[in-house]
This record gives sequence, structure tokens and C-alpha cells, in this order.
Amino acid sequence: MVCRRHGILAGFSVFLLALSVFAVEPAERLPDPALEARARVISAELRCLVCQNEAIDDSHADLAHDIRVLVRERLTAGDTDTQAMQAIVRRYGDFVLLRPPVKPSTWLLWFGPIALLAVGLIGTLAWLRRRPAVAAQPLSDVELAALDRLLKDDS
Amino acid sequence: MRRLVALLPVGFFLILAGYFAWSLRPGYDPHELPSAMIDQDAPAFDLAALTGDGRVAREALKGQPTVVNFFASWCVPCRVEHPLLMRLAAQGKIRLYGIAYKDKPEDSNRFLAQLGDPFKAVGIDRDGRVGLDFGVYGVPETYVLDAAGHIRKRFVGPLNEAAVNKELLPMLRQLGGS
Amino acid sequence: MIVELGHFCLILALFVASIQATVPLIGASRRHLGWMATGRSCAIAGFLLIGSAMAALMHAYVVSDFSVVNVLQNSHTDKPLLYKISGVWGNHEGSMLLWVFMLSLCAAAVALFSTNLPPALQARVLAVQGMIGVGFLLFILFTSNPFLRTDAPPANGQGLNPVLQDPGLAFHPPFLYLGYVGFSVAFAFAVAALIEGKVDAAWARWVRPWTLASWCALTIGIAMGSWWAYYTLGWGGWWFWDPVENASFMPWLVGTALIHSSIVVEKRDTLKTWTILLAIVTFSLSLVGTFLVRSGVLTSVHAFATDPARGMFILILLMVAIGGSLTLYAFRAPKLQGGGLFAPLSREGSLVLNNLLLSCGCATVFLGTLYPLFLDAMNGPKLSVGFPFFNRTFVPLMVPMIVAVGIGPMLAWKRGDLRGALQRLWVASLFAVVVALGLLYVAYGSHVLAVLGIAVAAWLAGAVVTEWAERVGLFRMSLGDSIKRAINLPRAAYGMSAAHFGLAVFVAGVSASAFSQEAIEVLKAGGSMKLAGYDIVLQNVDRVPGPNYTADRATIRISSGDALVATLYPERRFFPLQQQTTGETAIRTNGIADLYLALGDADTAGNWTVRAYWKPLVPWIWIGAVIMAFGGMVSLSDRRWRVGAAARSRRAVATAPAE
Repeated sequence: MVCRRHGILAGFSVFLLALSVFAVEPAERLPDPALEARARVISAELRCLVCQNEAIDDSHADLAHDIRVLVRERLTAGDTDTQAMQAIVRRYGDFVLLRPPVKPSTWLLWFGPIALLAVGLIGTLAWLRRRPAVAAQPLSDVELAALDRLLKDDS
Repeated sequence: MRRLVALLPVGFFLILAGYFAWSLRPGYDPHELPSAMIDQDAPAFDLAALTGDGRVAREALKGQPTVVNFFASWCVPCRVEHPLLMRLAAQGKIRLYGIAYKDKPEDSNRFLAQLGDPFKAVGIDRDGRVGLDFGVYGVPETYVLDAAGHIRKRFVGPLNEAAVNKELLPMLRQLGGS
Repeated sequence: MIVELGHFCLILALFVASIQATVPLIGASRRHLGWMATGRSCAIAGFLLIGSAMAALMHAYVVSDFSVVNVLQNSHTDKPLLYKISGVWGNHEGSMLLWVFMLSLCAAAVALFSTNLPPALQARVLAVQGMIGVGFLLFILFTSNPFLRTDAPPANGQGLNPVLQDPGLAFHPPFLYLGYVGFSVAFAFAVAALIEGKVDAAWARWVRPWTLASWCALTIGIAMGSWWAYYTLGWGGWWFWDPVENASFMPWLVGTALIHSSIVVEKRDTLKTWTILLAIVTFSLSLVGTFLVRSGVLTSVHAFATDPARGMFILILLMVAIGGSLTLYAFRAPKLQGGGLFAPLSREGSLVLNNLLLSCGCATVFLGTLYPLFLDAMNGPKLSVGFPFFNRTFVPLMVPMIVAVGIGPMLAWKRGDLRGALQRLWVASLFAVVVALGLLYVAYGSHVLAVLGIAVAAWLAGAVVTEWAERVGLFRMSLGDSIKRAINLPRAAYGMSAAHFGLAVFVAGVSASAFSQEAIEVLKAGGSMKLAGYDIVLQNVDRVPGPNYTADRATIRISSGDALVATLYPERRFFPLQQQTTGETAIRTNGIADLYLALGDADTAGNWTVRAYWKPLVPWIWIGAVIMAFGGMVSLSDRRWRVGAAARSRRAVATAPAE
């Protein structure tokens, strides 16, 4: 049962719903294990809208239960995985997808880190090549003695 | 060049802080979820009516701008918004239909007997399937449909005076409602 | 009365912090020893004052003084004592007090244990910490005061959320906050170094113990939170990429990068500007995390009751602290002298790669957490970013990093021999291949990614052992000589090996979750089900009262064949005050796999839903984290930190040859 509450109670009750108990009820499971497996895979990508950042399989909220049942109905009716997910997205929008779609508005999200890595690697290599390596000069005897002493101290 | 690179972190932070400041603006509710079905046809439904033998179906709602309110007897904020709905219905300002979401008919009846019945008709959505089709994720939620039966706006949570005066009534006027 | 004293101490602490923030700073630029020394006395005084405030609030909770609003909102006489005490920080105001308490603790520690720092540096470090303290004390006193009283105290309080009444969760915030706030020391050192205009190997040596200690605390804090989620939530989930979890993970990632980067500064006198930036960014992420949790801009199960006015105050704090330090960085960093060069394929190179990958990993988590907010602010669509995203973006970045962790320590400084290192790692590679083949045989070709993960973990474990074996010359010299070498290895070397080994254990634990099995059935008394070769029998369910709840406790016997393996008692608890039900899972672990039981609802006929999970290698997730933290602590205990850089530089001066 989900009621709309604002302010303090919003976070509070949502918190409870998320933690009050668990996942798929025995009665919800489909008799066909292949279909059930597909349902699980799809459910892992669907967000429980009244909990935070949890998939519908991980929530005891009524709404999560309803969506789980709807997914299984669509699969039993012959929908493909994509069609079943689209049925949920049509009702609740992209917000219900735990994996954000790859659109121009999310390119920064999906490709940002790897672009940053590329920039970092190129920048590092450029920085490393900024000066030619200076040829090492041989050490004087005094320097050799100091080196010896330091090596015995250090590890 | 080094100076330019050294300015990047603070520049990035200023942009970030700008976003944070913008998201703290009054009136912005990060929890609010706009309906995914705006400007689309309201989902078809055909429910038994709470009183009498009739049915409450989407086709009946077409022809004039309509307000559909999802409520339940077990929902506390629904009680909070109900007097407002009563007042609006009494003033004849809205054409209001109700859908009893996941509620036993006797409980819905008792709710309306206690607080008054502002609805032209109430459909019984026992298992919440119609709610699911609308994209409801809790009660109360209120939808504004235009004359052609498209969803134009959704209010999440109990209606308040501000939302009614600033958004609901103007939208109805714009759609050509009473 | 005690509460008022506590309140007064907090106000005094604000004044002390203001002095700490200004006088030592002026003293450092004027070379006035007396003024510089005020930093130390202020830091210690501040710690005593805030400690007293903390004690006062704790006292109010323990005696259940409901005239204090904070106690009224979060406590109840029926609560067990442990949770009365931990309830102090289980709410916004109390947790902010814990925050400044940790801050004052760190400042006092710097004042007491860094006597070998040059006075100017110590003065500046303490001044920066004082500034942070001023900011947060103002925040507490003006927007989040825990000492406010009410005129009409009720007979009893509103209680603590039942889910939070748990020993694991009671201690999770103190460790977490010690980690978050501990990084303020590294931050203060960085800002002080920028003001002074000098970063050298000595600086890196001074910073390292503080960074390590914070990192250990944060590792333990995050691991505790994750472990708590695992045994509380009822299906064995332990990480959700929830915004608040991410807010703790980001400083950890960058903090790890900082530890490694400071090693390069110390040993090779290079990467200075980068390390300073990391030190600033790590603490900045802690601050941003504080903002995210308490301002209401992000929705999260963890978020405290939020208030945009508080959010605005913290944002201003952020602007001053982060904006100020980064601006200082923009102007001063280019003036820092660059240091030694190194070839890309060298130990420095691998540490740079480590830093790059960790930073990009942090950027991934950052983007994933804040992107919905950004899009929404630009009137874009509402998005969710969850597990599937992070699996596809964060994990691929971490795999090469784990490989680098194995190879890096085998490379020499300045110019390493990659081929040689890879050749010397043949034992580790063989071990990994054997493990992979064995698992593939067991898993019949499914769960390929999990197998890969465990194989990589096995390779890393082998690489760590190989590196150690090389250092002690195992098989190259006599056993006696090897043992002697092993005993004389500096502790930091063992710390490194332990921490890296812990990482391998952790990765194996995470990867193996693909192999878990579950059985969910509705059972009546005496009913049974099978899971992973075990028989699980529900004997009966009893009603058992608790201090502030009533519980339905199930007795479940698990046997393998004829032998009884364990009897477990999962529960469902009902808390009448809050009208909530929570579950208590029952877990049987043998260190290698967990048998996890949770009790669901009863149906009208009195049959109960029982959920059983078999999770192989899951304990290794937390064992791995503990080993990592242990490695950090071993490193910390290295005698070289306590000897201090001053002693070394004296010796170095004495031996410097006349040219």
C-alpha cells in the first residue's frame, strides 16, 4: 500500500517499504522456468518507483508487485523482452529504467568517463615527453659513499 | 598552458555549484515525476460503478474536459484533499470522476458517506490495473483529460489551493471547460 | 542544565575555532612563534569543548530527557541502551555534532602528534581545520542545533526507526565520519602547502599517515554499512549504487589514488600538483556528499529529513571551502617546482595509471549519481541510473586497474622492465588459469564474467605473493637468509601486500555472487525444501516478545544428508510504536559460503514464506575489506612515520658531501 506523503514522512515510509521485506513471491513465479528467467532479467532493469534505486525484484512495495505481475503477463502473452519493457516504459517513462537509454542527452553520462580516461592518458604521455631525458653522469666517490650509506638505511 | 589547466578544477566546481544552487530553488520538488502519457490517449478502461448498475468507461469521459481523481479509503492524504474536491464540485467548476484504487467497494462507500461524494461517477479499480495503465504510482493522483480524451496533466499527491488556482482551473479554462 | 552546558560548550567551541582559523595563519606569515602556537592550544581546547557537548547530548539521550527536541524526536524509554546512545547520531542534528566532533578530534591529533612538523606548516594546517570547524559550527548553531528545548515535553518520545536499531548500524556512522572528516587533514596539508608554495618529499611523508588512517576508517565504515545491508534487507543485496552510498564511495576511490600518488611524491619528488589536487578533491567529495545527503536535491533511502534552507547553507560552505581552495590551487599550483621524470613503463607509470583509472572510476560514479539532477535542472527528462549502468561503466574500468595492482609493484622506479615482470608472474598466471578452468568446469560455461572476475582475483593474489617472494629472495637464497629478509622487511611493504591481497579477496567475493542459488517456498510447519545440496526444514514458528517489539520466530533446521548442519532462527518483528514490521535474517557462514534465511509473510492458513539463499564467497567481500583496512593499519604502524622526516633530513644534511 503506497500513500503519498510529503516531507519527513516521504523518506521515512519509503525507507520502510524498501526494507520491510523482500523479493518475488512464490505465487508470482511463472511455471515455465525459461519465461521466469526472462522475467527476472527484465525485472533487474526496472526501478521500483516508490523505493530509491532498487529494482522491482528487491522491493515488497505493492507497486513493485503490480509491475512484476504485468511483466510476467506480457511475457506469457508472447511479448519479446523489449516489448514487455516498453509496456512499462510507456506507462512510467524512462524513469523506470535503471539503465538510462543511450540518447544524445545521455552521451555525456555513458561516454564521459571513457573520454576522460583517454584525455588523461594522452595528457600524461604528453607530459612525460616534455623534456628529453638527461644522460646520467657517473657518480663521484663521495657521492658513492653517501649512496652506500643511504642504501643501508633505506630498504 | 599550465595556468589554463590549473583553472579547470575551479571552473568545473563553479558549474557544479551553479547546478546545486538551481536545484535548491523554492517550488522545485525533486521527487515529482511527470506523467509519461502527457498528450497521449488516456488508457481505455471499463469499470463497474460504485453506485448503481452502470459502468464507468473512458468513452463516457470524452466530449468535455474532465478531471479524474484516483483515491482510496485507506489513504490519509486523500482525506486531506477531499474537502477541496467537494468545494470544487459544489461550485460546478469541474467535471469530476473518481476511481477507487485497490479498495473494497464497501470501504469506498463508507469513505464517501463520511466525507461527501463530489464525483459524477466512481469506477471500482479493485486490483489497481487501471491505475497501472495510467501510470499511477500512489494515491491520491489527479489527471486532467481534454475533450478528446487525451491526458494533459497529472497532479501527484493531494491537491492544494495553490495547485488548483494556479494550474488546474486555468488549464480547464484553456481546454474550454466550465 | 547539562544540556545547556553542552550548548554553551558548542558556542565556546565556535569562538575557539575562530581564533584557531585566524591567529596561527597570521603568525605563520609573520614568523611569530607565539601566535603559531595558539593553533595547538585552540585545537585541543576545541576538542575538549565539542567532546563535552557530545557527552551532554549523549547524557540527554541516556536519561531520556524529552524536553530536548532532538531526544523527543528520535528516542524512547523502551529503547535498549545501546540504541539510545547510537540514536545520538542517528538523526541529522546529532550526526552533524558527530561530524564536528571528529573534526575536532583530527585537529587535536594533529596538534598532539605532529610535533616534528615545522611550526609554520603545523600552524597553517590547524588554521585550515579551524576554518572548516567555524563553518560547520555555524551551520549547527544556526540551522541544526541539537540542544533546542521544547516547553511541553511529552511523556515519551517518537522512537528510533526500528531498522536502525542494530549493532552494526550503531557503529557504522562513527567510522564513516572518521574517514570523511579525516581527509580534512590531507586537505589542510594541501592548502597549507599551497600557501607556503612548497611541496616536497617531507610533506608527502607527513601527510601519508593521516591519509592512511582516514582511508582505513572509511574502508571499515563502508564495509560495515554494506554488511549491515546484507544481513538486514532480506535478500542478500549489499550495494545499490544509492546516491548516499556513492557519496561515501567517491572519497574512498580518490583517497586510494591519493595514498598512491603521495608515494610517488615522496620517492620521486614528482606528481606534486596532481597530488595536491587529489588531496583537495578527496575532502571536497566528502563535503559534496554532506550536501547531497542533507539538502534534499537527491532522493535516497539514506537521506535525512531535508530542508532547502540547510542545503543553501551547506552550499555556501562548499563555495568557500572548495571554491576557495581550488582558486588557491589555480594560482599557486603552476608555481610548484616540477620533479623527476620517469618512463611510462615504470612503477611511477603504473601508479599514474592507477590514479587515472581510480579517478575515472570516481568520475563514473559521480556522473551516474548526479546526472538525473543535471538533466532535471535543465528541464530534461527524468532518468534513473542504477546497477545496470554501473556494471557496464565502472566495472570495465576497474578490471585493468586490478591487473595493474599485480604488475605495478614488480616494476622498478624510473624505468621498469614490463616483459621481465610479466615473465616473473608466470606462477600467478598459471594459478589464475587453473582456477578459471576449474570454475568453468563447475559452471558449465555459464556466468563467464564471474569466472573471469574470480580468475583475475586469483591472478592478483598470486602476483602479490610472487612480489613478496621476490623481495625476500625465496628460492634464490638459502631459506635462513630469506626468513631474515622477511623479518626485516619494512612494515609498509607488508601493509601493501596485505592491502592488495585484501583487494583480490574482495574481488573474488564480488564476482562469485553470480553463482548464488535461491529457494523461495511457502511452507507449513514441518515442511521442507532443498537448496544447493542442503535440506531446509521449517519446524515451527513461535511468538516471542522483545524489549520494544513482538517477533514471530521460525525454527529452521538445515541438514546435509543425515547430518545436522545448523539450526537458524529468522524472525519477523513488529514494533507497535511505529507500527512497522522488519525482518531479522538468520545467516550461517563458514567463511567461504553463506546460508541465508529470511522469513516472509504468513498467509491466512498459517503457512509461512521462507526464502533461502546459498551465497558462495560472499563473506570474502567483507573479509577482503577488513584485510585491506588491516594492511593500511600495518602500514601506519611502520616505524619510519614515527621517526619523522625531521630526523632524516638532519642526517641527510650531515652526510651531504662538500662539492
